Amino acid sequence: MKAPDSAIHQAIDDPRLQLAIYTATGRLIDHRAAVVSREALPDYQALRDQANAIKRHTIENLDRYLEQLESNVTAHGGHVVYCRTGAEAADFVLDLAKKRGVHMLVKSKSMTSEEIDFNERLEAHHLEAVETDLGEYILQLAHQRPYHIVAPALHLTRYDVAEVFTKELGVPNEVVIEKQTKTARGVLRRKFLEAGIGVSGANFLIADSGAVVIVENEGNARLSTSAPKIHIAIAGIEKVIPRAKDLAVFLNLLGRSATGQPLTVYTSFLSGPRRETEIDGPDEFYLLLLDNGRSKLLADPEKRQSLYCIRCGACLNHCPVYRKIGGHNYPWVYSGPIGAIITPQFHGVSSDTWLPFASSLCGACAEVCPVKIEIPKILLKLREEVTEVKRREGSGGLERFAFQLFAWIATHPRLYLSLAGLGSLFFPLVPKIGPLKKWASQRSLPEPAKQSFHEWFAQRRRS
Amino acid sequence: MTARDQILRDIRKALKTPAGQPAPLPPPRLTIPQSDPDQLSDLFAQKFEALGGKCLRVPNPSSVPPAIADLLVQKSAIASNSPFLRKCGVTGLPQVHSGFTDREQLKDACAASDIGITSADYALAATGSFVMLSSPSEARLVSLLPPAHIAIFPRSRLLANLDQLFTALPRPADQTSSMVLITGPSRTADIEQILVRGVHGPGEIYAVIVDEE
Repeated sequence: MKAPDSAIHQAIDDPRLQLAIYTATGRLIDHRAAVVSREALPDYQALRDQANAIKRHTIENLDRYLEQLESNVTAHGGHVVYCRTGAEAADFVLDLAKKRGVHMLVKSKSMTSEEIDFNERLEAHHLEAVETDLGEYILQLAHQRPYHIVAPALHLTRYDVAEVFTKELGVPNEVVIEKQTKTARGVLRRKFLEAGIGVSGANFLIADSGAVVIVENEGNARLSTSAPKIHIAIAGIEKVIPRAKDLAVFLNLLGRSATGQPLTVYTSFLSGPRRETEIDGPDEFYLLLLDNGRSKLLADPEKRQSLYCIRCGACLNHCPVYRKIGGHNYPWVYSGPIGAIITPQFHGVSSDTWLPFASSLCGACAEVCPVKIEIPKILLKLREEVTEVKRREGSGGLERFAFQLFAWIATHPRLYLSLAGLGSLFFPLVPKIGPLKKWASQRSLPEPAKQSFHEWFAQRRRS
Repeated sequence: MTARDQILRDIRKALKTPAGQPAPLPPPRLTIPQSDPDQLSDLFAQKFEALGGKCLRVPNPSSVPPAIADLLVQKSAIASNSPFLRKCGVTGLPQVHSGFTDREQLKDACAASDIGITSADYALAATGSFVMLSSPSEARLVSLLPPAHIAIFPRSRLLANLDQLFTALPRPADQTSSMVLITGPSRTADIEQILVRGVHGPGEIYAVIVDEE
């Protein structure tokens, strides 16, 4: 697929959208900077190194840690369900809902569920799935997908939200954010208390504890996992870390990198259904471990680090490309630099060949990544693969011809010198010629030197 | 072949290409600063209030009821079954319902109450967090459904930070199905990155630190 040029230009030409993206990501950048500075967190770089080392070790031994996780979840009375695809995950939930007579479930925010079109799959079978994170709830009502990994409704203003609520909930138009939040709380509170199943994602899976760890600020994940009688967590297989003792390192990094919080408001460490003497909590606990293409990513020893990602969104906020084109112009639910490296690996490099090239390789993403994924390096590797695919498919002919022509000219000195002379003569015209005009309008070109190197060298020899 | 066996087989096959030297699992990285109980209380109060909470400090259990009396005026409250709350005389207060052991009754009571009162198994000074372990004494919903939450705990339960928590409790799942860290009031910034408190959980939170048990 080609880059969606018209949609990208639409985003760039929309001043309200540009302002929304710019301010929201700008705030997230500032909040992060304040809490990872040397004064605020002297250990920051050491924590990143530790997180990277733990992730690397775990990914390289993933099969072993998954088996350990599974046996510990089971020991605490939970069930582990391996799912090769999104369809398998959805089918499991549909089947369980049918068996338990459940018609509605509440959901907390989960990118993994977005990835597999979970809600759409359930709704096709008349099982209602209600998003309960405020941003996700707004998007569900507006029939949109998340704009950002952490701040899903980042592109919408209070006026947009007012319109959506009036249209979908039939409430009077209200633009005060506190009141909008209260409206959502009221509607969703009833859903929490009625739902038969709560579905969550997982930020971390703890192998030595058989636990699912969920971080959040609103309390909707706690409610989804505590109020209904059944809790189902959906997680990618790469989310596992070895020990509960490793969690502090990741918690110290995740909240800071995502929103600038030393810790998010709620961190839930959940393992199995409620124990016999506990008063509340779910009676049944299922952990759905999703592959959906992840095992394919493991094959390349360099690119497999893409699976270290803890979904903090910092690379999106700091990316000059994301900040211009926004989240909906990426081909999949994962946007920004992390989306640009994982989408081609999940879908194959030939599906969105433009994506690895939509980067200035400025390196900001790698600099802020809390687990030190070498995003620019992987982008380059993917570019190489795209070029290789194109060569095999026989496309990119014009580019190849241009380089062959250049090679021929460059190996014929006389021809090269005369053309170079002509070139510097006509150079000032470049910004005025048809297709180049547009390209040059955003760039300042260096003046060609008065004297070429060849001329200078020849002169020097004579004197 | 089951999905499980296929996924594990695919992983093993894909991992055949090693990335140079195998990466060992580094030892846990846990740093615990030395501090005395007074310093911990001060730091907790500072961090907790910076998050928007209100921290009260009382000398002993019997001074708890008068300290929270103002908060309970004209309000209905539900208290957990924590022995420490009983010791403080909180469960005996007229506005306070307590002693729930049935899940449905507890859920209804929490949904109808203005304030949830709990103890805390630990509190973390560095982040101003409560640590709540689900048990017969502490249900999950008491600190979650009512619009306000008061946690009352002895000073001895203060820990320095997350690292000390995971040192004291290396495997929380051995004791409980749910350990929750609560760091400030429920909040969102999903609309225009503007902070709003009290989305689904309590928008108001109070800590009462009791110096002597």
